[in-house]
Amino acid sequence: MTKADIASIVANKGLTKKQAMEAVEATLDILKEALKKGEKIQLVGFGSFQVRAKRARKGRNPQTGKGITIAARKVLKFKPGKALHLVVNAGG
Amino acid sequence: MTKADLVELVAARVHLTKKDTEVVIDSILDSISRALSSKDDGKVELRGFGSFRVRERRARQGRNPQSGAAVQVPPKRVPFFKPGKELKALVDS
Repeated sequence: MTKADIASIVANKGLTKKQAMEAVEATLDILKEALKKGEKIQLVGFGSFQVRAKRARKGRNPQTGKGITIAARKVLKFKPGKALHLVVNAGG
Repeated sequence: MTKADLVELVAARVHLTKKDTEVVIDSILDSISRALSSKDDGKVELRGFGSFRVRERRARQGRNPQSGAAVQVPPKRVPFFKPGKELKALVDS
């Protein structure tokens, strides 16, 4: 399923295809902007997105065996909500 | 940010009423959930954002931490989100 598929489902709610696509894009853009600021997003039933800081750590290049330092970075973590978990396990 | 905040921000940007925007956002989340629950094409790919998939977890032998009794944990399906390149870079900027 892609953005276009979602937009056509959204369009069934009484919007034009163009309006629906714009709304889908705007939603994703706003989520991205919030995540860029490091904000936590909590969508009840669906799940939450949170930016987490990872400390720098020592790693190893598996090809050469050389030790390297992996820099500290921030990663995005998605935690599925209860309702989503149930839907996915319902076996539809 | 909660869903109410998201609705408000999206409504302002696309010039829809808050009520209509809420219907739109619910419909987006609902269509992702449905896609993930279907056995065949269980994935959603959103360019520039990321993809949602389902990962299978095998049944395993667990233990009740309180009583120490061994329990069988049934297999389950776990929704998983993988951020796209663009989003990954954005978060780490």
